[in-house]
Amino acid sequence: MSDDLGKRAARIGLETAGPFAHDVDTNARFPSEAVAAMRAAGLFAAGVPRPFGGEGARVVALAEACTALGQHCASSAMVLAMHYTQVFSLCEAGARSEPFANYLRKVAAENRLIASVTSEVGPSGDMRSSIAAVETVGERYRLTKKATTLSYGQYADDLLITARRNSDAPANDQVLVLAQAGQYRLQDLGSWNTLGMRGTCSHGCTVHAEGDAWEIVSQPFAEIATQVMTPTSHILWSACWLGIATDAVGKARRVVREKARANPGIMSRSAQRTTEIVATLQRMRHDVMTMAREYDACVERRDPEQLAGISFVLRINNLKLSASRLVVEIVSEAMGICGIAAYKNDSPTSLSRHLRDAFSAALMINNDRIIETNASLLSIHKGD
Amino acid sequence: MTQNIPERVRKILAQHGRLGSDVAALADTADLYAAGMTSRASVNVMVALETEFNIEFPDAMLRRDVFESVAAISTAVASLHVG
Repeated sequence: MSDDLGKRAARIGLETAGPFAHDVDTNARFPSEAVAAMRAAGLFAAGVPRPFGGEGARVVALAEACTALGQHCASSAMVLAMHYTQVFSLCEAGARSEPFANYLRKVAAENRLIASVTSEVGPSGDMRSSIAAVETVGERYRLTKKATTLSYGQYADDLLITARRNSDAPANDQVLVLAQAGQYRLQDLGSWNTLGMRGTCSHGCTVHAEGDAWEIVSQPFAEIATQVMTPTSHILWSACWLGIATDAVGKARRVVREKARANPGIMSRSAQRTTEIVATLQRMRHDVMTMAREYDACVERRDPEQLAGISFVLRINNLKLSASRLVVEIVSEAMGICGIAAYKNDSPTSLSRHLRDAFSAALMINNDRIIETNASLLSIHKGD
Repeated sequence: MTQNIPERVRKILAQHGRLGSDVAALADTADLYAAGMTSRASVNVMVALETEFNIEFPDAMLRRDVFESVAAISTAVASLHVG
């Protein structure tokens, strides 16, 4: 079933996400049509392991789906990418606890959409550090968290929230907490009037959640972050950006083909420039798929040590740094090749949204923070 | 020399571990990450240990569990430290 996941995503992109992308972007509104189509086509269940009723799609297949959708609407693709990371973050919990296994069955059966509450208002800005703490009384928990950004929070069914294990725990002793529809409310929604990725509706807000104690994941968040959340999000985000870049290159190639037809035998400068972005796109695709395959292989071998190893962390971080830069480079070049038609907001060749969306890549977990981490890791790591 | 490894490890942790609590008050087997040591701080601890004991941790040893307690670090250092 997951073999045709990329095709299903491509069809939704072409028939639904693409046609509404301009309106979604213009009005900074949620891509509800595309999300409804994804739900109907079983895309949210695709990443759920087979024992829990999902398709058990690997990261390679999910990345292909994100790229296929990202060619038509990057915001829709990013919603899908973020959701998959949330599903993957709960797989170990599902294997360890029956209530979580049942929850994953529900995600698969109902194609539920899960949003992530990792950001927090405060001095740190670091996902691996929390101010908010879970308060557990008997079989119930209570949690309030002020999120700086909560992507599609208003439109998700359920939330996964990071918080300190309890009010005495240090900032880095975090747990992941599930809050299902009806167990939380969102307050003080800020605005999401951004340059790009406007359809993700990532308003900041305060989350008030109250639920059952079993919804607190027992596996430490430090492990989930290293082994699942960071690698899968960097791979799948990069896959979305690859989608943006792929569409931009496609537009540039069309323009160059039309020019060639109009002036047979004349090799234009833009044709030469196109060869370069085609090669850059090839490199970007290779980087994304190589890391996706490597991640899947580690998961298949049940090798969390490899995933937590510095060498793998460095390569995953480098993928994010590289893909986030290449998408801007490729779209900018494509705009130069396509000319004014790409600069216009309302032409079929417009690359305005592509370029604005592309600029978010370096900021979604700021590249400077990732470079700092890599520099620190390289002070102790000796191998490749 | 080997017997004071844990003490020297504790000194390094006090300087670089950025622990929420006093290192001296922690048991040898206490979880340093639960005591507030971040991944970033743990890297600083590793670098300082290499200098202090004149050793190099091979990449295979750069794992979370190798640095999770005074006892675990001391065992790792002892396995590399000859003098």
